Amino acid sequence: MLEVKDLRKQFGAVEVVKGVSFTVDKGEVLGFLGPNGAGKTTTMRMITGFLPATSGTVLVNGKDAVADPVAAKALMGYLPENAPSYHSMTVSGFLSFIAEVRGYRGSEKRDRIDAAIRQCRMEPVRNQSIGTLSKGFRQRVCFAQAILHDPPILIMDEPTDGLDPNQKHTVREMIRRMASTKAIIVSTHILEEVDAVCTRAIIINQGTIVANGTPATLRAQSPSGRLDDVFRMLTVGKDEQ
Amino acid sequence: MKTMAIFKRELKAYFESPVAYVFLVVFLVLTGFLTFSVTQFFERGSADLQPFFFWHPWVYLLLVPAGTMALWAEERRAGTIELLLTMPVTMTQAILGKFFAAWLFITIALALTFPIVLTTMYLGSPDLGVVAAGYLGSVLLGGAYVAVGMLTSSMTRSTVISFVLALVVCLVFLLAGWAPVTGFFDQWAPNWLVEAIAGLSFMPHFESIQRGVIDLRDIIYFISIMGFMIAATHVVLDNRKSA
Repeated sequence: MLEVKDLRKQFGAVEVVKGVSFTVDKGEVLGFLGPNGAGKTTTMRMITGFLPATSGTVLVNGKDAVADPVAAKALMGYLPENAPSYHSMTVSGFLSFIAEVRGYRGSEKRDRIDAAIRQCRMEPVRNQSIGTLSKGFRQRVCFAQAILHDPPILIMDEPTDGLDPNQKHTVREMIRRMASTKAIIVSTHILEEVDAVCTRAIIINQGTIVANGTPATLRAQSPSGRLDDVFRMLTVGKDEQ
Repeated sequence: MKTMAIFKRELKAYFESPVAYVFLVVFLVLTGFLTFSVTQFFERGSADLQPFFFWHPWVYLLLVPAGTMALWAEERRAGTIELLLTMPVTMTQAILGKFFAAWLFITIALALTFPIVLTTMYLGSPDLGVVAAGYLGSVLLGGAYVAVGMLTSSMTRSTVISFVLALVVCLVFLLAGWAPVTGFFDQWAPNWLVEAIAGLSFMPHFESIQRGVIDLRDIIYFISIMGFMIAATHVVLDNRKSA
């Protein structure tokens, strides 16, 4: 379970994340919505320990991620924006590196790599270098590194961004398959995604949470009952409306 | 063990790309050319490696920044730093893994110059103690260059900027004790500062080890330079604002 309390981030004089609090339990898929620049990525980077928070706490299974970042990171899988990976490495070489950094050795390491490759359906490309793969496969390579250690918490930053409809479908299938056993956060600005995979959604705008509820309760906030209208209503300034 | 995983990946990355091979060939050809043609190794008629080690600070100046420029800059550019630093490793483990990989790579390049030792042994009878000291000095000097290169690489996403900065910083360290440089500072800086700057120079420490005098102070000097650069890299990476 992941618990975020009053998380703040300041870059110079600008406060980008202004006190974000929420929890995600096992079995939940939390959609993290907001316009570009709302603070989604910064929030996720603070949760995963990539950026230090200016203030606030992150509790991973009840343990403080600031006090013991290494233990917290071991419980999280993270798919960063744009799914980075080392392009000169092969798929299996890359996953082997990730497995070693995560502390796996010998037969357990091999089993972990094989399982991750199987789950992400990458058997045909396992010995190909990542730089030669299509964007959809690169996304899956990065997805595979995020789930290699079967983490109780999975955090994904725009996992379907830039993929074609079939690839999007595959990624959503993978998320749905894992949903019951993990606490998952998925950030997106594609609203159809919320209906497709999320059990709950948070809308963040200018660094603050402006809505938090199931897709149905969010929809009920607009007379039209459409998620697009709710999103616009909450994230577009009065003068722009 | 986690440091080891990062070390292994980094070292493999050199050999998985053409970088390693271009680097090794250029390093060996350049040192060979400078030693034999420019300083006239054979014509000197003396069985020592002085003309060989003489060039190392200058060859390293050009090549080590090229070997280290990608260490962090490429991770930042490609965004893989976000993966690396969200793995269950400490910043120190990540930095040390990379540092030792780059240092070993430079040391491999240096080790491949062994034919020159064999040549000298075939032609005469060099003092092997002095030769070993020369190599030790060169390894330590290489480590100091690598540490500087790693620091400048952590400061930017651009490998070009990283290369140029490393070259300039290393040049300052090389020339710090040289009269025109101390003269420049003499005009306005207090005396103690001029002496402190001159005392930072790589050159006197490298030269004294190279002559066969292994003084603990010289070794401590190089290790302190590396330690300082590694700590500074830690500070730079802690304070970055994004990838």
